[in-house]
Amino acid sequence: MTDTTRSRSSVTMTVNGTEQQLDIDNRVTLLDALREHLKLTGTKKGCDHGQCGACTVMVNGRRVNSCLSLAVMHQGDEVTTVEGLGSPEDLHPMQAAFIEHDGYQCGYCTPGQICSAKSVLEEIRAGIPSHVTRDLANVVMNDDELRERMSGNICRCGAYANILAAMKQVAEETA
Amino acid sequence: MKFDHPATDGPADRQNVLGKPHKRIEGPLKVTGRAPYAYERHDVAPNQLVGYPLGAGIAKGRIVAMDLEAAKAAPGVVDILSTLDMETLPVAATNVAPLFGGDEVRHYHQAIALVIAETFEQARAAAQMIRVEYAETVGRFDMATADTEDADIPNIGDFDTAFAEAEVTSDHTYTTPAQSHAMMEPHASIAQWQGEKLVVWTSNQMINWAKKALVTTLSLDPENVRVDSPYIGGGFGSKLFLRSDAVMAALAAKKVGQAVKVSLPRPFIFNNTTHRSATVQRIRIGMAKDGRIKAISHENLSGTLPGGAGEDATNQTRYFYAGDHRKFLNRIATMDLPESNAMRAPGEASGLMALEIAMDEAAEAAGIDPVRFRIINDTQVDPENPERRFSQRHFIECLERGAAEFGWAPTAPAMRREGRWLVGQGVAGGYRGSPVMPSGARVRLQPDGRLIVETDMTDIGTGSYTVLGQTAAEMLGLSLDKIEVLLGDSAFPVSAGSGGQWGATSSTGGVYAACMALREQISKQIGADADTVDFRDGLVTAGNRTMTLSEIAAGKEIIAEDKMEFGEFRKEAYEVATFASHFVEVAVDAYTGEVRLRRMLAVCDAGRILNPITARSQVIGAMTMGVGAALMEHMELDATRGFFANHDLAGYEVPVHADIPDQEVIFLDTADAASSPLKAKGVGELGLCGVAAAIANAVYNATGVRVRDYPVTLDKVIDRLPMPDAG
Ligand code: FES
Ligand code: FES
Repeated sequence: MTDTTRSRSSVTMTVNGTEQQLDIDNRVTLLDALREHLKLTGTKKGCDHGQCGACTVMVNGRRVNSCLSLAVMHQGDEVTTVEGLGSPEDLHPMQAAFIEHDGYQCGYCTPGQICSAKSVLEEIRAGIPSHVTRDLANVVMNDDELRERMSGNICRCGAYANILAAMKQVAEETA
Repeated sequence: MKFDHPATDGPADRQNVLGKPHKRIEGPLKVTGRAPYAYERHDVAPNQLVGYPLGAGIAKGRIVAMDLEAAKAAPGVVDILSTLDMETLPVAATNVAPLFGGDEVRHYHQAIALVIAETFEQARAAAQMIRVEYAETVGRFDMATADTEDADIPNIGDFDTAFAEAEVTSDHTYTTPAQSHAMMEPHASIAQWQGEKLVVWTSNQMINWAKKALVTTLSLDPENVRVDSPYIGGGFGSKLFLRSDAVMAALAAKKVGQAVKVSLPRPFIFNNTTHRSATVQRIRIGMAKDGRIKAISHENLSGTLPGGAGEDATNQTRYFYAGDHRKFLNRIATMDLPESNAMRAPGEASGLMALEIAMDEAAEAAGIDPVRFRIINDTQVDPENPERRFSQRHFIECLERGAAEFGWAPTAPAMRREGRWLVGQGVAGGYRGSPVMPSGARVRLQPDGRLIVETDMTDIGTGSYTVLGQTAAEMLGLSLDKIEVLLGDSAFPVSAGSGGQWGATSSTGGVYAACMALREQISKQIGADADTVDFRDGLVTAGNRTMTLSEIAAGKEIIAEDKMEFGEFRKEAYEVATFASHFVEVAVDAYTGEVRLRRMLAVCDAGRILNPITARSQVIGAMTMGVGAALMEHMELDATRGFFANHDLAGYEVPVHADIPDQEVIFLDTADAASSPLKAKGVGELGLCGVAAAIANAVYNATGVRVRDYPVTLDKVIDRLPMPDAG
């Protein structure tokens, strides 16, 4: 924080397992830090206002809309993006399931859907309730839960039914 | 190559690769974030600056002055492109509103400036510092009072008399609101000049239209323009035409002598770009007692900026149902709203939203089940010209199969209750033409036996990469993994592009033509007659000789290029169209009026299905968009200021996961030889046609409340809901 105008800051975070030190404008969102500074363009910008979910990444194991937080807020955090989940040669099971069930069309919402989908399964297993949970003491994996929890990720191509199928497959495989 | 008579059996009919459920070949890139979309191409040009746009704050008038001083002095700002720098730029044939230049404001959020800065944050901050002084004039924002022009549509018989004499009639007016494409990837472009040569990396459905429009708009030589768009994050019509992002990026890059990238901010898109016009539709149906339609009339009103076509919602009614006396009127109101233009299934999507409620109401008036009512009013010929037949029409089968699979058994309205839920079923028909466009491709057989396909065709999520790969594989007897498909570059042969559900039908025809040319060339090279050569399993067999494709191309790659042109016979002799039935079940909360979908089924008659996976995805995606049209999508017009007020993804609601129930799709898989060499037809828009009406009809069946003004929101039903059962 040597900049006299204090408009820039230095922040260190771990992204997909690699430590990254960034000296950036305080206004840069985590999303743009990834896309523009680290050139990790797998994470998408659909709205930049927390309305679509295309920018979903995991921070310290929890999903967030990366457009809604500033990069400088993530000192010491661990960020995982879709690139960190897997590669074309070594797909994450959720990525493989999306291909298998055609859980996409244009592909633009897809990285966000995949990050959310992976997190949703973990959230349910961790017993974190949602708006549709009937018994707060017993959070179960069912279609309603999956649909509800995925509803922050818009897919205008309308692949929802296939995304659900992909998630169910992964949920079963990892049950 | 010319498609000038119905297809006979050929290599594409083998269906070893085509017609098979192949997963998307670009899938691994998409699911791992490696597919490069327009704004992400850091590698294509060095030192990319960022442009951030400013839109007009009035809907109509003139810019008197623009104070750029503060913005220019802001940190990181390199330069500012102002609309006052130049005259209004020429308008390309495919555009309605000018995209940039001049002091005249024709619609709200017209692009009037672009701040070019080192970073996005700097450009965005500086854009807010621009002060604009306007001289505002009165705009035409009310469709009901705007001047209209009538489009010419032939009337058949004597509708007025026949309707007056009809034993049963139905006469209602329906409205559909303005809708936004709301594709997930914003419009974005990176532009770079090298001397006179311009390259634009962008997100566009129609590469050749984009290129031509750039040539016109910026007064360039076509030789000097390249457009590249390999991945497109959804279009639905919004990216059919050149838009302000590409124009401003090109102008800005020229101005600063450096590459510039521009992404339209989401809240800017709704009023800066295009939308589907609102409509007002009156439909009259006169029937005999037995339910046979004698007279049908569809009148439509929609709006557009001067020079546009609006939304002709009457089109499908001309062809969909029988009836001797037919009258149509398409009125186009001249307005000063943002540009209305094509959105997925332009015309039909809105038209069927109304027509298929009207059919439900007419069936009820005649006392006939709505499935049966549609069946008895089916026509196998063009009702305007009975000499012309539908090349194929299996609409009755769509309805019968759908009713059986769905378990079609609606009760009388508001008679089925499950606790707090009022449950109902609804049906609608779907109709969409299956047009074609000329389409070219180049194929390059590599020495290692792989085949590269090059065409400026685009994949907007439609599955083009995969179906074009399947086409080439089928034609050359290769497996799909031996095919590499390269798309979206204007350096490649001009294709049909993606629009009007003509993409797959036309562009597979183009690849077919190029592959036929390659087969010819290979045959010549091995001294054989092309008609007798067999291509199978990577092998070429001529008489008793068998060679591998890699042996034949061993010396150097073999290149062939051709284009498919579709002959007039297709239009003259036939009406080539696609058909569907949609069945839905809804539950309406008896206390709140909230509508929840329970299940949806579409049965599609859309020619031969090239890939059942990608075709199904097109249809479920369209059904999902139909849910939006039925229940939530509505651009809210501020009729005083002349703009759409809910201009972001929080205000303009589209369906999310929780809105979408189980969806089932059945393809009749009806190879149509009159349509294309692959006997295929469009499917991407058909899936949307009729869905919204099926839902509105189901809400009526559940509640007894008929809503004729979309979207069917709870405020429109709540005061008329029947009392729920105590249990
Ligand atoms: S880009 Fe972050 S929610 Fe849309
Ligand atoms: S795949 Fe296109 S928006 Fe989801």
